[in-house]
Formats: sequence, structure tokens, C-alpha cells
Amino acid sequence: MKYYDKLIFELSKPGRIGFSLPETKTQLPKGNIWRETPTGLPEVSEVDVVRHYTNLSQMNFGVDTGFYPLGSCTMKYNPKINEEIANMPAFTGLHPLQPESTTRGALEIYVGMDKALAAITGMKHFTFLPCAGAHGELTGLMLMREYHMSRGDAARTKVIVPDSAHGTNPASAAVCGLEIVVVKSRENGLVDVEALKPLLGPDIAGIMMTNPNTLGLFERDIKEIAKLVHDCGGLLYYDGANMNPLLGMVRPGDMGFDIMHLNLHKTFSTPHGGGGPGAGPVGVSDKVLPFLHIPRVSGFHGNFGIILRAYAYILMLGREHVKMAGKLATLGANYIKESLKDCYKLPIPTVCKHEFVFDGLLEDNGVTTLDVAKRLLDYGFHAPTIYFPLLFHQAIMIEPTETESLETLDAFIAVMRKIAEEAKADPEMLHGAPHCTPIGRPDETTAARQPILKYD
Amino acid sequence: MGAFSYFPQTEEDIRIMLERIGVGSLDDLYADVPADFIYKGEYDLPSAMSEQQVRDFFEGLAAKNTRLKVFVGQGAYDHYVPSVIPYITSRSEFLTAYTPYQCEISQGTLRYIFEWQTMICRLTGLDCANASMYDGPTAAAEAVRMCVASTKKRNSVIVSARLLPHVIETIRTYAKYAGINVVVTDKVAEEVAEGVLDLAGVIVPSINRFGVIESHLGLADLVHEKGALLVEYCDPSALAVVKTPAEWGADIAVGDGQSLGIPLCFGGPYVGFMACKEALMRKLPGRIVGQTTDASGKRCYVLTLQAREQHIRREKATSNICSNESLMALWCTVYLSLMGPEGMRKLNALCYEGAHYLHDALLATGQFERVFDGEFLKEFCLKPKCNVQKLQQALLDAGFFAGLQTEDGYVTFCVTEKHSREELDQIVEIVKSI
Amino acid sequence: MSKIADGLLYSESHEWVKVDGNVAIIGVSDFAQSEMGDITYVEMPDVDDEVEAGSDFGALESVKTSSELIAPVSGKVVARNDELEDKPELINEDAYAAWIIKVEMSDESELDALLNAAAYAEIAK
Repeated sequence: MKYYDKLIFELSKPGRIGFSLPETKTQLPKGNIWRETPTGLPEVSEVDVVRHYTNLSQMNFGVDTGFYPLGSCTMKYNPKINEEIANMPAFTGLHPLQPESTTRGALEIYVGMDKALAAITGMKHFTFLPCAGAHGELTGLMLMREYHMSRGDAARTKVIVPDSAHGTNPASAAVCGLEIVVVKSRENGLVDVEALKPLLGPDIAGIMMTNPNTLGLFERDIKEIAKLVHDCGGLLYYDGANMNPLLGMVRPGDMGFDIMHLNLHKTFSTPHGGGGPGAGPVGVSDKVLPFLHIPRVSGFHGNFGIILRAYAYILMLGREHVKMAGKLATLGANYIKESLKDCYKLPIPTVCKHEFVFDGLLEDNGVTTLDVAKRLLDYGFHAPTIYFPLLFHQAIMIEPTETESLETLDAFIAVMRKIAEEAKADPEMLHGAPHCTPIGRPDETTAARQPILKYD
Repeated sequence: MGAFSYFPQTEEDIRIMLERIGVGSLDDLYADVPADFIYKGEYDLPSAMSEQQVRDFFEGLAAKNTRLKVFVGQGAYDHYVPSVIPYITSRSEFLTAYTPYQCEISQGTLRYIFEWQTMICRLTGLDCANASMYDGPTAAAEAVRMCVASTKKRNSVIVSARLLPHVIETIRTYAKYAGINVVVTDKVAEEVAEGVLDLAGVIVPSINRFGVIESHLGLADLVHEKGALLVEYCDPSALAVVKTPAEWGADIAVGDGQSLGIPLCFGGPYVGFMACKEALMRKLPGRIVGQTTDASGKRCYVLTLQAREQHIRREKATSNICSNESLMALWCTVYLSLMGPEGMRKLNALCYEGAHYLHDALLATGQFERVFDGEFLKEFCLKPKCNVQKLQQALLDAGFFAGLQTEDGYVTFCVTEKHSREELDQIVEIVKSI
Repeated sequence: MSKIADGLLYSESHEWVKVDGNVAIIGVSDFAQSEMGDITYVEMPDVDDEVEAGSDFGALESVKTSSELIAPVSGKVVARNDELEDKPELINEDAYAAWIIKVEMSDESELDALLNAAAYAEIAK
């Protein structure tokens, strides 16, 4: 990657334009409701635009560039055929308010996708309005509230969230007007059932669970947890961010979950786009089905283009390959874990699912998790998720996904071992990493103290 | 079942890996899962398709859609997509990248988000913008939450009934569960003056659902006098030529970037934007990119003010948003770079010209009455005197999606730079024949 | 080892209080600032806002963390240190000089629940 310094505004020269429009003699009216100030947009030619954004792209790392061992993010390979399908003009040209008689193909995609996701998860039906995972969580919690309200059970205003939960869980609950009650994990990383019991009561709307949890551990007490929560009148929400290891193996519906979301951009291979767009469809059990249509959480029909891509992926997986997806993801994670546990501190040594967490280097040379993560960039790998979950101070959370080969995993393992060696030999060098990227470590403190959020 | 193109593990690889782990089989990796949860049935999915079968399957579905010439807006506008955009946005370094948390290898993403924030600030006239929201309606709902969070002990918002219906519905949904009191009204200024007691915010459209460009003269002063914030919902394409939210005195501007060259795509993915005055900067939801320098003094960009966000602040975060619509923000940024000030002016002039031509020609057929006097840009409403179902069907038969009926019984039309004079004349001829 | 100033009262959530008549001057301890690292923003209440002992009245932010500020006493905010708006680093430089708010106490007996320097030293380790 090479460093390129320009902003599009700095290429601007009055009189240039990057796109040709038909000529018009029409002049817009002036005054009152019309804009009189300049728009401040750049004036650049088409070739300026193409070179500028191509140069920018070359400072970026993507799944097509290399391996992302990014815990809880499920960075799979993004099949190219899915892109071609999503870009078919018969789909991209559809207006969301067109009469149904003209959108039958699109509607069949929703029906087919609903059926496929129901089969995979054991839920009854899905809503496709949510545009991302957190948006799905919010929608699911709205459904939880609708369920209780329909029963005149308005006092259920609290939701239980494990201390290992993704940050979006408590945030979504707060946006939904729910109060958060945290349940602690035990030493073994699993939800403490005994600690859960006293929290349950007539004020509990439900519990949000990630299973396997953010330590990559299957919550094996889920049956008892489901019974306890249901007996107290609450519902179980399944955070689908960690669905990948269960793909083709275990269905959340069978574990007693009433509501769940899926991240199509994780489990179903759609590209992350530098932070979106994703899609977060929400599925429900029979109990919650009557309310599924109520929350109107986005404009039209959700992120149709993402749903299309995910559907194409599911059809290629089919009932045959789907059974291997979760298993192979789990295989890769355990393989890395076992290959590195003599260099990195493994706080919970049991078999993991799709991801696991190290707590920094085994030998303390003052080299932090941040140093290890930054050094990985020098070797052409993306960093793992770091400093999450919060249960461990030097957390390094690794998730390989099933689309990575043994050779890729071995190369990553070799580099992680090499970094452990470097930590002994030259900790200073690691504190200064990365050394081979377009920029070095940024001054984030100044960025937050004196924010510069736009070009002037 | 044979090998699968997305699973690179050979049987030999699997054996090696299991051996390293010290378990006998793949199923042993699930020994911690209670046996009755292991799904033993056949998944009710179609048999795996080859790439060509998948393509054929979707081509079959595509053929069940009817491609229409779109003369309806209502929140989704059929503007032309310059060919440069899909070419850039499909570059895998942009498309397959994760959220730019590792800034040293994400300067491409961070840089375009910074450019997008700058362009949104310039279009709205406001001081700061975030990296994107899911879509316009959710951005409006988040703006309402921001009003309540930024004003003390205030819990009511006034929502203009002239906003698009799906925007109002989304606001209502978010507000319902957050316990925010929503007053939807046609008479915004009167409602503000008469006093909703704990008024936190007021949200009005820049161009309303009838296509009329609204004047908000004096509204901001009135709202501010009551200690509340003013939010304007805008079409960013039109902001190049209509008065900005900042000029009307708004504190927050939101809207949908779809009109900046994003394909209709049956409603998504689109991209919401949000901008605000500097005083509200730390109340913004979602990701924000800021400029800084690296250790050697090179200018660079990072995600900043992260202490507002869910991964740090958890339940006290300004919002739960995590993934946004980053790639669609790139789409709009490239679009605005290509168009520039002159392109945006010309584009809007073409829309204005076509829409006024159609508007006048439709009135001249005698089948419609004018209902709104205000100025319009590309979208307008008329009151039909003819049978609307017959009209819509006749247009549909000729391949036009036009004359969508609003809840008030009017019919709406939208003309963009894509549409030719011939097409407009064709619509007029069809109307005459009803 | 962080500094603990004598003559101040402390809360278990690491705020210090200096009593000046019926006004409590409130800041955060040196231990708190060192745990936070470089402070990038101080979220403060406005003058005339009411604060309640045990509830948060603002927050400290650093690049990767945030920490709620918990009121050690109840009362009305009579002043806030606006200098921290632009210079949050003053807390890093001298946590005991960089006060955050001054509160007119509504119940001075709440001071009894706070710790003296010696007792706080046991916590701030």
C-alpha cells in the first residue's frame, strides 16, 4: 500500500466537471426559497475522480486482499456471483412503491428468503426491514415489548444482558426504552445461572443472549436458562452476530429462543462495504408472530440488494453444503487456538466455537495487545478484534471463518508466533508498529480533543 | 457431496486440523452442545445450485418483474447513475473492507467518509455530519431522539404532517418505545406557538410530500424561543438549489442520500445523512471521522469521538447504531464529485424544466386541478378529475409508473433529468385518452 | 502510585470534594485520571441543574473509554469549570487543581458518607 495525500477538494479547479448532462437553457428562479450560496462541491474531471478514488482504494485492506481474523465480525469471502445478481437491472430498477403486479420476482425473493431462514434457524417467519444487526436488535426488542403490552403486562420494562454481551445489546435496549440488568459470567465464561435466578421477576421483559457467547463458548445451560426466563414470563432474544458456528448444526428456535436477528453481512457472506450496508432480518416464534408486522423501523422494504446477495449464497450452499459451514468455521478457530496457546495466554482452554479469546502474550515483556494487533498489519493480516470482550484486559478475539484455507491459517499462526518472538527480542519495535503501512499510529487524542470533522 | 468452492478444506486438511486439536471428528467439536439441540433433520432448503443454476434462477425471477419508466418519487428518485460510480464502488478494496477501526490500513474508507461529511456540511450549511445512517427515515427518527437527549426534561416533538408518510411512520415507531410524545400536524407554526409544553424538537420537510418547496421563514426563531430544536428533512440533490437548513436556522438536517445517484433497488440499500450545528456535535449518533496526524506528522484520518458510541458507552450511547451504509456514502461522494456545482445546478434545472412541462401539459388536458400554489422542483401533486385506477392502468400498460395516489387522493408525478420530452408527451397523450 | 491530596473527602467512585461553607467543590482523583489516560472531553451539567448523590452528573471521555462522574453530594450546581471545555487535559495535569463543578449542598450530612484521604488510599490502588 502506498500513501496518497489528496482530498477530492484539493484537486478542484473552477470550470471542470466530471459528468456530461444534456444542455438546458432553463434558469431556476431566484430569491426566497432558492439557494444563493455556493455549494462548495469540487470541480474535477472524470479522470480526476477515477484516479483519486482508485488511489484511495489502494490504501485499504479488504477480504479480497487478505485474511481478517476479526472476532465477532465473521469476515467471510464475498462471492462475486452475488454481486452480479444484485446488480441486475431488473432488480436495481425497481421503485419501492411500484404495483405488486410488476414486482413479483422481487416479492418471491422475500418469500424464498423467509422460508430459507426459517429452515436454518427454526423460527417461524422473518421481517426484513432492519438494515443492520443493531437495527435488528432494536426491532426484536420492540417485538418483545409488543408481546408484553398485548398481554397487559406493562410492568416488564427490564431486559437482562450478560456482561460479555456486544455493546449493541445494552444500547439497543436503551433506545427501545428498556432498563438494563447485567448478569455476570462465571469463571468458565458462561452465564451464571445462580446469579440469573434472583434477577427474574414480574418486571423482566426478557434476556438477550449471544450463543455461542463473545468468548466463543456455547452456553450449555441454555435449556435451563430458557425455562427460567419463560417461567418468569419473559422472552428470549438471540443475538445472531455469532450464528455462524451453528449454521447447519443448531437452530436457535430449537433452543427456546422467541426472537432473533441475523446479520446477513456476517453469516450469509454479503460484503461489509467498509461498515455497511448490511441487513438484520428478525425472526420470531409462533408466540411473537402476531406482532411481527408492527414496528415500521425503516423506509421501504429493508436492504433489498443485500437480501438478494444473501439469498444467492444460501441457494449455492443448499441443504448439502450448509451442514459443513458451521463445523468448518469451528474447526478453524480451534486449530488456531491450539496452535498458539503456548505463546498467548488462553484464559478459557475448553473447546470453542467459531471464535476464542486470548488475554495477551503469555510472557509479559510490556508488549500490549494493541502492539500485537498493529504488528500484524505489517505482515499483511488484518488485526483481530481487540480489547473486547471487556472481561479480559488484553483481549485478542480471533474468528477465522470457514472460507479460509489451512495454508492461510498456518501463515497467520506463523506470524503470530513470530510476533511473540519479536516481543521478547525487541519490544520497542512492537510499540512503534506498524512500520510498513501507508501511515503510522495516529494521534487519536488530538483528534478527539480538537475535532476536525470536515475540510475547510 | 463433493467439494464446494467457498470451503477450501480438503479431507486431508480436516484430518490435520482435528489431529492438532486432539479430537476425533468434526462432530466432537460440538460435544459441549446438548445432544437434543444438534439438528438431525434434513434442512428444508433447495439442493445446492451451481453458479450457473443460481444465475438462471435469478434471471427467472428478474423476468417476473416489469421494468417501468419511473415517474414517481415519494422518497425514491430515479436519477441517472454515472458509470464511474459502480466501477469505483465495486472495487473490492472498498466493497470487501470492514469498518475502518484499523486506521493504518483503512485510509481509503476513512478519507471518503471525511469527504462525504464535508459535502453533507456544504450542502446543508451546517457544521458537522456523521458517517451515515441506515436511510432517511431512520435518520429522522434518530434526529428526534437527539432533540430529546439535547434538551432537558423535554419529551415532545412536533412532526409536520407534510413529511413523507414512511418518514412519519418510522419516527412514530422509534418514539413509541422511547416514550417520546409525537404530535403530527399540518399547522406546525401554530402548534409550536400554542405550546406543546415540553417541546424538545420540531421536524419539517425542506420539500414536502406534495413536492412543494417550503418556506420556513421565522420558524427557527419561534422554535428556539420555546427552547426546542429545529430539524429539517431534505432531499440532498435539491439542496444544491434550494435554501439550506442552516439558512432557515435549523439545528439538525437529515435526509436520504438515495437521490444522489443511488439506484432505486426496490427501496434499499440507501443511505441516511445527518448534520448539525457544532454545539450538538457530541450528541450525534453513529460513526464520525476526524483528521489528525500520525507519528511522523503525515495527515491522516481516524474514527473519532468514539466515546459516544455503543461499543464504549453501551446503554448510555447516543444511539445503538453500529454498521451503517458506508459504501452508499461512497456512492454519493463519487456522484457529487462528478457532478460538481455546475452539474448539480444543471441537473436540477433539467428536473425543473421537465416537471413544469409535464405539470402544465397535464393541467391543460382538463383531467386535473391544481391544488398547491407553492413552487416545486421535480415532484408535484394534482387533484384528479378522472378515474385514477383507469389512469394508472393505462400508464402501466404503456410501461409507465406514474400518477401514484397519495393518501389525500391526489396523484403525484416526478420528473428527473433521465426523462425525455417524448416520454412526457406520451404520458400526456395517455392521460388525454382516458 | 497516584497522588492523594490531604484535607479532601473522597467517594468510592473516585471523585474528590472540597468543602467551602455549604458549597462542595467537586473533581476527580489523580487515580481516576491515571486510569483514564488522556482525557479528551469532560461532559458537565449546566449551572442551576440539580445533582443527586449517587447519580451521574456528567462523564469523562478518553479515546477508547468513558467513565461516568457520580455526584458525591446532592444540590444545585452553582459553577462549572468552563476551562475544561477546551482543555480537558488540565485534569491529567493536576487532578486536584482542575475542579469540575461547585454544588450548593442540600444535605450536608451526605458528607459523612465520604472517605478521608487515608481511607481512600486503601481503595485507590
